[in-house]
Amino acid sequence: MNVDTTYLIIKSLMVLTIFGITLLIATYLTYFERKVAAFLQDRLGPDRAGPFGILQPLADAGKMFFKEDFIPQNSAKSLFILGPGIAMFTALLTGSIIPWGPQITLFGETFDFQIADINVGILFIVGVVSIGVYGIMIGGWASNNKYSLFGAIRASSQMISYELAMGLSIIAIVMMTGSLSLKDIVAQQHGMNWNVFYQPLGFIIFLVSALAECNRAPFDLAECESELIGGYHTEYSSMKLGFFLFAEYINMFISCALISSLYFGGYNYPFMDMVSDPTVQGLIGTAVLFGKIFFFIFLFMWIRWTLPRFRYDQLMHLGWKMLIPLAIANMLVSGAVILFNQ
Amino acid sequence: MKPLTNRAKQVVNKEMTFSEKIYLPAVLGGLKTTMSHFFKKQATVRYPEEVRPFSDVFRGKHVLKRDESGAERCTACGLCAVACPAEAITMVAAERKKGEESLYREEKYAETYEINMLRCIFCGMCEEACPKEAIFLTTEITPANYDRSNFIYGKDKLVEDVNHRTDITTRQAHKNLAK
Repeated sequence: MNVDTTYLIIKSLMVLTIFGITLLIATYLTYFERKVAAFLQDRLGPDRAGPFGILQPLADAGKMFFKEDFIPQNSAKSLFILGPGIAMFTALLTGSIIPWGPQITLFGETFDFQIADINVGILFIVGVVSIGVYGIMIGGWASNNKYSLFGAIRASSQMISYELAMGLSIIAIVMMTGSLSLKDIVAQQHGMNWNVFYQPLGFIIFLVSALAECNRAPFDLAECESELIGGYHTEYSSMKLGFFLFAEYINMFISCALISSLYFGGYNYPFMDMVSDPTVQGLIGTAVLFGKIFFFIFLFMWIRWTLPRFRYDQLMHLGWKMLIPLAIANMLVSGAVILFNQ
Repeated sequence: MKPLTNRAKQVVNKEMTFSEKIYLPAVLGGLKTTMSHFFKKQATVRYPEEVRPFSDVFRGKHVLKRDESGAERCTACGLCAVACPAEAITMVAAERKKGEESLYREEKYAETYEINMLRCIFCGMCEEACPKEAIFLTTEITPANYDRSNFIYGKDKLVEDVNHRTDITTRQAHKNLAK
């Protein structure tokens, strides 16, 4: 009984910590994005609110809260409210199965620094991410606005197209590891034994699909400002809009965590066996994981401010005619190699 | 037809090569270009803290000068108001009383002197018209305000402070050149 209580408390604390960290990072990603955008365009970015503008996200959030929360008269009101809720909920849910660090020992108990080690972990993520598109779909449809509907349709068709390639590239990883659990997948990449060295093509396919899944440029057709005003969130205002934008940044953070875990060894780092103390090793591991995540977040932003948006037919062409065949070929070759090495 | 520049490129509708089809080399090239800008000097001027230098002939807010002993130079002759194409200047003249010799240079002075900064076009005609070298345009900017009435600048805003003289030597040199 006593052990269960400690277990429960530690897990609850972990849930709260991950929840808080995710929200904090998503908040500051808006600031980070604006700074990166500015620097890539020879500008300074926000620098007025606080030193170097670090209070800018708080000012933005305050502004969002005080805006008029408008619901269009002819919209489907309950669905209109549900849309951003689903987007936010699913975005936050995926963080629960990422292994944030190796095992840690607290109060004589050994814990994984992971909220839940589900044995179908990777399937869970793919599933939850697919539900995420419902938030955009419902929000766009309920707005009763043609631009929103266009954005929503684009978002869903894009998600369906790229989820296939994403899933196929994950299958190759699953075949190599022999497990769907993210914990096992990360644990097998001990030291420098990262999956990216065995699956470079799979990594590129996954990266491109992740960009598309996050609705990030060059695949931000769902909200492209120049054609659809704001896409699916055209009619949204106040914190409902904030939820959509926020969910996008959380998705980006989780995607980067997933890329780091699946292909770049998660919390593993070279020469980690030289660190004798397991607690120190774990802490460095978590720091290393966050370093990798931030590198990929920077890469995402870097790509966003470099590449122009794809046209809709080009997007479909890339997804169905290039990435999916490539992913299938990658899967078959990986399978054949694994079979012959047995 | 001869092209105007040598930048013109003939459009060719050829098949894309393999490296062009997979986009990646072009994408990496683009990433390299943007990253080179990441470390460049920013073009932004942090305005209130950092002010770009104005040209010597910049015409900004007016100043009513005092002479060496600190007496106001303006005699309210009204030539500036006549010269003003925007009719922005108004003044009321008054006679100097005994004991006010240190305040006003000559027997007549401007009791009120107002420039409507919303009408003013900063042409500098007042400065050229002034026979007493009393009014000059400075390199200061007329700041923004919430109320139209606050844009009517009286003597309180225009006459220079005795202890903090406004340097108008560049304007004087410009004026002499024009003569």
